[in-house]
Amino acid sequence: MKEAEIRRLFAANLLCFFSVILTAVLPGFVWDTFTVLGTHLTWLCICSVCVSTLNIILHVVLKPNLTPKRSSFAHKISRFLKCCIYFFMSCILFHAIIVLYGAPLIESVTETFLFAVLLSTFTTLQCLCILGPNVQAWIRVFSKNGATSIWESSLRITTMCSILGAWFGAFPIPLDWDRPWQVWPISCSLGATFGYMAGLIIAPLWIHWNRKQLTYKSR
Amino acid sequence: MQRWPVLLFLAWVCFLFFAGIGLFMSGFLLTRIELASSSSCSDPLVPPPWERQSLPPGSCWAPQRFSKAVLVIIDALRFEFARFNPAKASPLPYENKLSFLHHLATSQPRHARLYRFRADPPTATMQRIKGLTTGHPPSLPTSIDVGSNFATYAIQEDNLLAQLVQNGRRVVFMGDDTWEGLFPKKFFRSYFFPSFNVKDLHTVDDGILQHLYPTVDSGEWDVLIAHFLGVDHCGHKHGPDHPEMAKKLTQMNEMLRSLVDHLGNDTLLLVAGDHGMTETGDHGGDSEKEVNAALFVYSKTPLFGTGPPEEPEAVPQVNLVPTVALLLGVPIPYSNIGEVMAELFSGDGDAVSAALQQLSVYHINAKQVDRFLHSYSLVAQDLPAEQLQRLQELFSGAVEEHTQLLAQVQGAALVPPELESRLGSLISRFQQYLREARAVCTQSWARFHPLRMVGGCILIAASCLLCYMASELATASDSFYRSCLLYPLLWGLLVAGLLGLAHVFTQEGLDLLLVSSWAAAASQLGFFWHWWGQHPKRAPLVMLLVGKLHWDGRLTVPEGPKQQLLGFSSYRREIWYLLCLVAMLLVCVRLSGFFHQCREEIPQCRPSLFLSPLASLRNARAKNLFYLLCVALLAGLVYAVRSWLRHYGNLNSSDPLVLFVRWGFPLVVLCIACYWAVASSADDSLGKLQELVQVAVVAFPWAVYGLASMGLLLLLCNPMTVFAKDTRESAGSIVTPYLGVPSSEVDFLHVIPQIYKRMQESQKSRLERGSCKATVAAYGLGSVYSAALIIALTLLGFLLMLLHSERLSLAFLLLFLEAFVLLHIHTRARGLAGDAEPFSVPWYAVISWLLAASQFFYSTGHQPIFPAIHWNAAFVGFHLDHSTNLLPAVLVGANTFASHILFAVGCPLLLLWPFVCEMPSSQKRKPKKEPREELQEVEEHMMEMRLRESPEKFSTALLQLGLKYLFVLGTQLLACVCAAMILRRHLMVWKVFAPKFLFESLGFVVSSICLLLGISLVMRVDCAVSTWFSHLQLR
Repeated sequence: MKEAEIRRLFAANLLCFFSVILTAVLPGFVWDTFTVLGTHLTWLCICSVCVSTLNIILHVVLKPNLTPKRSSFAHKISRFLKCCIYFFMSCILFHAIIVLYGAPLIESVTETFLFAVLLSTFTTLQCLCILGPNVQAWIRVFSKNGATSIWESSLRITTMCSILGAWFGAFPIPLDWDRPWQVWPISCSLGATFGYMAGLIIAPLWIHWNRKQLTYKSR
Repeated sequence: MQRWPVLLFLAWVCFLFFAGIGLFMSGFLLTRIELASSSSCSDPLVPPPWERQSLPPGSCWAPQRFSKAVLVIIDALRFEFARFNPAKASPLPYENKLSFLHHLATSQPRHARLYRFRADPPTATMQRIKGLTTGHPPSLPTSIDVGSNFATYAIQEDNLLAQLVQNGRRVVFMGDDTWEGLFPKKFFRSYFFPSFNVKDLHTVDDGILQHLYPTVDSGEWDVLIAHFLGVDHCGHKHGPDHPEMAKKLTQMNEMLRSLVDHLGNDTLLLVAGDHGMTETGDHGGDSEKEVNAALFVYSKTPLFGTGPPEEPEAVPQVNLVPTVALLLGVPIPYSNIGEVMAELFSGDGDAVSAALQQLSVYHINAKQVDRFLHSYSLVAQDLPAEQLQRLQELFSGAVEEHTQLLAQVQGAALVPPELESRLGSLISRFQQYLREARAVCTQSWARFHPLRMVGGCILIAASCLLCYMASELATASDSFYRSCLLYPLLWGLLVAGLLGLAHVFTQEGLDLLLVSSWAAAASQLGFFWHWWGQHPKRAPLVMLLVGKLHWDGRLTVPEGPKQQLLGFSSYRREIWYLLCLVAMLLVCVRLSGFFHQCREEIPQCRPSLFLSPLASLRNARAKNLFYLLCVALLAGLVYAVRSWLRHYGNLNSSDPLVLFVRWGFPLVVLCIACYWAVASSADDSLGKLQELVQVAVVAFPWAVYGLASMGLLLLLCNPMTVFAKDTRESAGSIVTPYLGVPSSEVDFLHVIPQIYKRMQESQKSRLERGSCKATVAAYGLGSVYSAALIIALTLLGFLLMLLHSERLSLAFLLLFLEAFVLLHIHTRARGLAGDAEPFSVPWYAVISWLLAASQFFYSTGHQPIFPAIHWNAAFVGFHLDHSTNLLPAVLVGANTFASHILFAVGCPLLLLWPFVCEMPSSQKRKPKKEPREELQEVEEHMMEMRLRESPEKFSTALLQLGLKYLFVLGTQLLACVCAAMILRRHLMVWKVFAPKFLFESLGFVVSSICLLLGISLVMRVDCAVSTWFSHLQLR
């Protein structure tokens, strides 16, 4: 059971991983001018959209949260709308946090916002998919020993990795190397993406290695 | 509570760090004292009268040989670039490009010559320019040279340009704008071009070429200096072995070719490289390729008596200064230690007259060097005495022989062959003297001492380790102090004593710095030895470090919430509260970014508007608005502090200190506001009141100084802000939770019944005297330590705000706010994590506290570079000039390290705050000022009185906190020291790393002293509390 679950998780994560790579490669065949660094904003949009669609599809197919209690249509709709509002709010919140961390307030608002959207895609969207619009559950998962399934552990790891990656991505910005990727927000979004990808790979492996210790309490 | 051992321990650790810093600094900074004297035409060391009469007009000290000179400096012109080897079949890109020089040297051997030009390290352009004009080997670039003006990079000592200008020569400059900073307003005409962007190969060179020929042709100049940067920038960008370098050198070749066409017969042409470059195109160090530059001398009249030697001679760079000075007929700069290039003075005559000419310039040069050495040794002791003695003997011998010889020549007593040999030997004696003098000076000035640097580094690193270990081990037991403090101290004293004895026996010069660093090393060894002996079974150092890593790992994982203890709902509330605090912290950090100063390395950066004083604001309305804002903020700060104190009941007593807080604080604010008003008002608008304003500008700051120092004195004399109500005589058993000064209607409603109750009780107690249950109600005892610290911090804050420009008070307000938020976050996080060890301050709190200190160093408008220092601070409260250097240094230092001072003094708050904010665990609704009940067994000892309950733990906690603070500070310092040591050959070492190291080490010194002061203030309060209690018990 557990092994099979881990394998499923690994497969899903691999899919996400390759989808991120494909977003960087595929558009290049369609538009000649497309490069990740050159047309960064386009790539940010494409990446966010692809990763979020893939995540939603995976969520629908795999159904990691096993408790669909009430499944009336109206309930589903309200849930969906709530998710949208949460997602939008998290984008705004991320934007504010990024600005507080030193992004320009007035200039390059589009860049900052798209970066916030990317970060939300990597973090909030996953939470919404797996945990639903339930802040209490989020707090539980992100507090110590709060995860109750491998999906939640994986969620924790990928989220932390993406945010840490974004943070580390800001390190080279002040250096005087004059590289094209030092422009705001390229290094940060690349850092977040690499962090996310690393998290996707690390999570199943970590769970696999620690599967003896991980005893999930049922809710 | 053990007070002295704690302070002694911290002071000892500080001393260890200081010794390390001092040792490193002595190895890293090339110190040399600048002499303010300058040479002049009428100096008595000019040649004897019979020669002076022959001096042509416009000449000083020696006859002028050229009326004009062109100095072309090609930055980073390595000797190999200038050399031409026709035999070479396939030259590298940088070889054989300056063919014109070769052409001149071969076609006119008596007119032109190529030299190896030996630069002294550090081979950075600014230092080389200094060397090329002052005539001595390197010193620190900026202004660390003692005695110079700190404000600019400008060269203060006597130099070639100053001499030229003083003697009426018109100096025209074009090229590198470094010269502008070094010689402000010295040039007759100048064309500066930006030098900073090393990627830009052409701006400077093309700019010079545009102006060079018109200027030369116009004839309105006596000395022309052109400083080309293209070659250097090409080296930095591409390296020497690159086609671009070939292009650049070819361009230089063409430039020289046409320049020579434009020159007249009375003009001397010098082409020099200020330094070389390595294979990667960098410079700054002392490797052979960096110091080996080229010098080419040419004139249209014959210069040399003989043809060039086979292999070009090597000439130290400083030799150019006396040579050019005497050739142009100006005095040699006072501090020059270079030797004249005598072959340029041989002239057209026969061998004897040439030798006589050379002898006379050598004589002048030697006299000047001797005069310099003499006056230098009067002010500084860094030249070894016996060497100076030897030099003195050499000099007097040579001079004596010179006078004899001259007398014999006058009397024609000597015949040519003998004369020639004697002249030759005398010249070589002068040469020997000059060379030895230069060697002595260079040896003591121009070297990094790698051994000392490494030693300093090791001392600092070991002190950090010691701090860490001691903070882990610290207990209040006597054995701890004995083994970790007393014995190491004894070891150190022993070594110092031994060295002192050795000094007595050998009569060697005693270097205080070395002695103290040996003592520090010995006492450290003692500490580690005793530690090792005490814990033989304990896992050694490695385990400690692994433990640290383990701990670090723990830090990143959020602490496990005490869900069971707190209950989920309160836990959630705490989380939200914490999140709000974190958001506030982020906002503070972001807002503080508005106050940043700029470095010159970032050209697109604009300095913050808030840094300029209000007086510079044109718009009167904006000025008034800002002024009101600043004053309102000050008042707000006072209000906040007072309401905090009132909230904790520290404003109730009628002690002088409390009275001062009540009435003195507003008065201080009033004075500051008046000072700002007077200082920022426009000068011309006041007309007749001018004199009054002059008085007020001085008087108000003095009033603030006086009031603040009075407050601090009061604080030291009686730091108790406790209002005690002794009810042992009168009151009964009930102690009413009285809320301090009533501030709202609710309180009034609360008070009246209380008064009634009180009256009732007193009636009752009068009735039943005898069976009295004595109680003492003390208001504000629970926060007595932090109240004293906060009062001290506020006073310091006022002083420091006064020293900054008006609008930086906003930054200070942010500073206080951020510190407050940090303390609250620390307290809350602790509450969430559960009170595991209430007496130890966690590492993250100390680290964040220190990070905030460094953040506000930048956010109060400072940068670790010398031009960014706020010099205005030295004149707050002083009109024009200071009689001593000490006071302005203190003022400027306080201005620069304001945030270090505030955060270091406030450091004990990290320990105290969780106790202050502590809620009674049983009843949340209870008022915070819990009356302390004395002489009664009440189990609830509240707030900071917990600390008094266990004095041992309190002193240990203070010691641990201090050690942790010093450890984190020391780690920062260690990083800077390592950067400065490893990058000492870096191009930017004198611009970035050395100033950073200096600021960091000064900041360390200031911080550690202020930390000691803060901790001793807490101890002073503790003393006062103890006496208060004993009085109470006696009564």
